[in-house]
Amino acid sequence: MLRDITLGQYYQTDSVIHKLDPRVKLVATLCFIVSLFVVKSWVGYAAAAVFLVVMIRLSHVPFRYMVKGMKAIVFILLFTVVFNLFLTPGETLVSVWKLRITKEGLRLAVMMAVRLSFLIVGSSVMTLTTTPNSLTDGMEKLLKPLKIFKVPVHEVAMMMSIALRFIPILLEETDKIMKAQIARGADFESGNLIKKAKAMVPLLVPLFISAFRRANDLAMAMEARCYRGGEHRTKMKPLRYAARDRVAYGVLAAYFALCIMIRIWL
Amino acid sequence: MSIILDHVDYVYGGDTALAVRALNDVSLVIPDGQFIGLIGHTGSGKSTLVQHLNGLLKPTGGHIYFNGEDIHDSDYDKKKLRSKVGLVFQYPEHQLFEVDVFSDVCFGPKNLGLSKKETELRAYAALKQVGLEDEYFYQSPFDLSGGQKRRVAIAGVLAMKPDVLILDEPTAGLDPKGRDEILDQIAKLKAETGITVILVSHSMEDVAKYVERIIVMDHGSVLYDDTPKAVFSHYRKLEEVGLAAPQVTYIMQALRQSGMPVETDVTTIGEARDEILKALQRGSKSGN
Repeated sequence: MLRDITLGQYYQTDSVIHKLDPRVKLVATLCFIVSLFVVKSWVGYAAAAVFLVVMIRLSHVPFRYMVKGMKAIVFILLFTVVFNLFLTPGETLVSVWKLRITKEGLRLAVMMAVRLSFLIVGSSVMTLTTTPNSLTDGMEKLLKPLKIFKVPVHEVAMMMSIALRFIPILLEETDKIMKAQIARGADFESGNLIKKAKAMVPLLVPLFISAFRRANDLAMAMEARCYRGGEHRTKMKPLRYAARDRVAYGVLAAYFALCIMIRIWL
Repeated sequence: MSIILDHVDYVYGGDTALAVRALNDVSLVIPDGQFIGLIGHTGSGKSTLVQHLNGLLKPTGGHIYFNGEDIHDSDYDKKKLRSKVGLVFQYPEHQLFEVDVFSDVCFGPKNLGLSKKETELRAYAALKQVGLEDEYFYQSPFDLSGGQKRRVAIAGVLAMKPDVLILDEPTAGLDPKGRDEILDQIAKLKAETGITVILVSHSMEDVAKYVERIIVMDHGSVLYDDTPKAVFSHYRKLEEVGLAAPQVTYIMQALRQSGMPVETDVTTIGEARDEILKALQRGSKSGN
């Protein structure tokens, strides 16, 4: 029932992108997003498109998986496009009734659409090729300098990885409780909004109880293994940059420099 | 009045690469009033199978008929089906949500659209059927012990007055005493009301004492479908699929191999005792 939800899911396959250090991928995603806002001309977007397509091809993840993530933002995308299209002042191209489509509006709408979809596809390249655990590992390592400002980096990373770990478990649990209540004649589908909200009680109460129970069990298990936070904690597989990571950083720097040059000269 | 499964297939995960075949060409007839044990190793498809019986899962191939009607016909009333085929899930106490035990048991009959009076009568009767004392009725279900919670959850399904009661691993996580109590209660209920009961379990020991028919599942297919005696005679094959016959079967086999003239097709400790005594008597007679 709930198996169709894809929350930046990991796609298991073997590729160069999969093997990269998560830190490289995090930095690259950040750079790519920034680059989308740096460039303002069509040439710039073409460069971003080429970069993105090459990354997708290198990742060996089928293209339709990338597009799946787009489904979630279709509404926002349409919203942005429509508003930009009709509400940007400027030279009128077409006018229907009271609505006017301007040249500037058209340009802005298309740009926004491209920007948003690149943003989503770009970040899904990262989530599809990196397991949640290595992602949080990378984040922890990258954010380590913040420790100087007393930011509990390790704790935040730990919380993130636990939260990510619990998503599939809780989805499964939801599915089970839903079925159990349907077997007792519960109806989650028909009725108006209030009726539907009320119908959620038999699902949400057991779900919360189970989440708390699991959290409790996990806390106890961690304590029993003497977990005490990040101080002096070592890793079984510490992150180390390999040759390919240095190459990746090089490619990334080149791409970013290109974007800046396009911005300045074109 | 019966459930018929006609060449039922079920595949998890649709058309992706991760598709898993959970049921493979399962055909069964479940007539009224039988006490059936559905046995299988973890992942053999037994839970998937029972979720088909009340229409929670739709087979990817084949048909399921309840009282002669295809339950996946577009105009079939699924809610009615679910009141007739009651399914108690594994760890059913995890589905409790109401403020007190009595209201939780009322949830099922209330969903059927019954009057308040009828709902309460049924809830009361169901709680009595599972042997819960009156003093617990207005306590929070979360304050009860594990075994009591499970009874409440089973009562929640019984209150819908099903013709068929399916229990998925009703004894999982209970201590031996709690296990025997629950199983005895179910057997008593079966004897009193004559409903069909399907007991899902991975333990032959649990079901051997109670059921009249055993269905053994393996890798999504029906391996055996016979009386307990007949099924346990295949004890070597059962071991191969990760199950085991009751311990008495092994004892009787061992006795026979060591030269004692006993019949090996007993299923309970009581029967084994009688059989051994008989063999001993025969032995002493021939000795004289």
